[in-house]
Amino acid sequence: MENLIEVKGLHKHFGKLVAVDGIDLTVRRGEVLGFLGPNGAGKSTTMKMITGFLAPTAGSINVCGHDVLSDPIAAKSCIGYLPEGAPAYGEMTPKTFLDFVADIRGLTGQEKATAIGQAVERINLQGVMRQPIETLSKGFKRRVGLAQAILHDPEVLILDEPTDGLDPNQKHEVRSLIKNMAAHKAIVISTHILEEVNAVCSSAIIIAEGRILFSGTPTDLAAHSRYHNAVTLSIDSGISAKVEKTLAALQGVASIETTQSNSSLIQITVIPADKGSIVGMIHQCMRDNDWQIEELFVEPGRLDEVFRTITGGAQPAGKETRT
Amino acid sequence: MSRTMIIFKRELGAYFATPVAFVFIVIFLLLTGVFTFYVGGLYERNQADLEPFFRFHPWLYMLLIPAISMRLWSEERKAGTLELLMTLPITLVEAVIGKYLAAWCFTAIALALTFPVWLTVNYLGDPDNTVIAAGYLGSLLLAGACMAIGSCMSALTKNQVVAFVISFVICFAFNLSGFPIVLDLFSAWAPQAIVDVISSFSFITHFDSILKGVVDIRDIIFFGSLIAFWLYATILAIEAKKSS
Repeated sequence: MENLIEVKGLHKHFGKLVAVDGIDLTVRRGEVLGFLGPNGAGKSTTMKMITGFLAPTAGSINVCGHDVLSDPIAAKSCIGYLPEGAPAYGEMTPKTFLDFVADIRGLTGQEKATAIGQAVERINLQGVMRQPIETLSKGFKRRVGLAQAILHDPEVLILDEPTDGLDPNQKHEVRSLIKNMAAHKAIVISTHILEEVNAVCSSAIIIAEGRILFSGTPTDLAAHSRYHNAVTLSIDSGISAKVEKTLAALQGVASIETTQSNSSLIQITVIPADKGSIVGMIHQCMRDNDWQIEELFVEPGRLDEVFRTITGGAQPAGKETRT
Repeated sequence: MSRTMIIFKRELGAYFATPVAFVFIVIFLLLTGVFTFYVGGLYERNQADLEPFFRFHPWLYMLLIPAISMRLWSEERKAGTLELLMTLPITLVEAVIGKYLAAWCFTAIALALTFPVWLTVNYLGDPDNTVIAAGYLGSLLLAGACMAIGSCMSALTKNQVVAFVISFVICFAFNLSGFPIVLDLFSAWAPQAIVDVISSFSFITHFDSILKGVVDIRDIIFFGSLIAFWLYATILAIEAKKSS
């Protein structure tokens, strides 16, 4: 697959502050890259440099074969960009705003009408086309920004927090939209919603203080969790003490965490040593003792825990709510 | 349609999408009327010309143009639309010129709506209409120079009030630079050559010579180069301030 975005040795300094400190990344056609990191990690700054808004202090950026620094117009032509907060001209209506963006993008006549029509339909903007943007709800404002970004069917799509401030239905819509477009484009989204990474991304990068701390698939990311391959089971609270003791004694079990899920049920999470698979063994043990299991599942890993560990905000221990 | 024209069209439309346009035009027409007929005494002079009308334009523009120009760039930066605009496939030069021309064109529309004054003197007497045409040209150039100053100040700050006040002060200084109030500051210590240079920057001096009906190429070049200089400064200011 061809690389649509190639970033090498990217640095950005604001005075003495180092916002981006040596980032390399490539995004291929068909790939959705999730950009994760705490606030102020350099996510937006990196996106602003890729889209040609800010000039990097050092490094090179190539988009669709065009160097962003030496040929910005050609590079910008093949990028669709949703800046943070989805800014738009408040006094314009979505209709006039999209018209303006289409003109700037060089779309004319039938081509322009089709492009606007498709974007409006994909984003479901039909109902608000003639209302001033400043009077729209936050969700609609974000959608206008998205419509503007996908208007010219760009090969590269860069979305800075595309689902921020949307309700769960709208989030779902935007994620489906991203997934539907993913096959033909290189897409970069920044987010601090970790579930989004699993939902739409084919690869993920975690950055903090301007450096890449992790790069891989969401599954790789989850495998970093100490909960990777952990088994969580719900049992009657009457037998929980016995079960806990027995399971903790099993070989290959590192530790056990319990939470009360409701008045009669206790949820036990069994964490394996060395992230090995323990589900068969636990199931066997429960059956041997003839203990009733209400629910049992294997955890892929907890992204929030990995995120905290990698970015340095790790809590001293996981949840230890014994009841 | 060139990209500068697309920016121009959007920007000009934005003035008329909000009450700004109507408030500005009404106030501009009211004030020109007051100055022309009451302060300037158009009727009492018994002369068929528009000298009392044009004479107050530098002072009106000093106050009203910054009110238009203050939002040019500071609003874009505050609303974040600057980022949107600058990541569309256009150059900064196209954006600066497009937005500037829209603002200038807007004041030209306001100026054009003063035509009843021109009709009045033509009805009452037999004025020299070439002198009046020169006056309109001079007034337009003067408005353009003030607008370019305002554009640069607006690019320098996110705060529209600050942009307004600084533009006002700079326009005021340019208006007065041929008068003792400014020249006395320099004549005591600076060589005559510098004092001459400063006095040559006076809006009023250049405007007055155009008002007499003499459209000297040097006056045109003066306003033209002043506009070019401030627009170039606008570009530099946006580049420098983009990351903050």
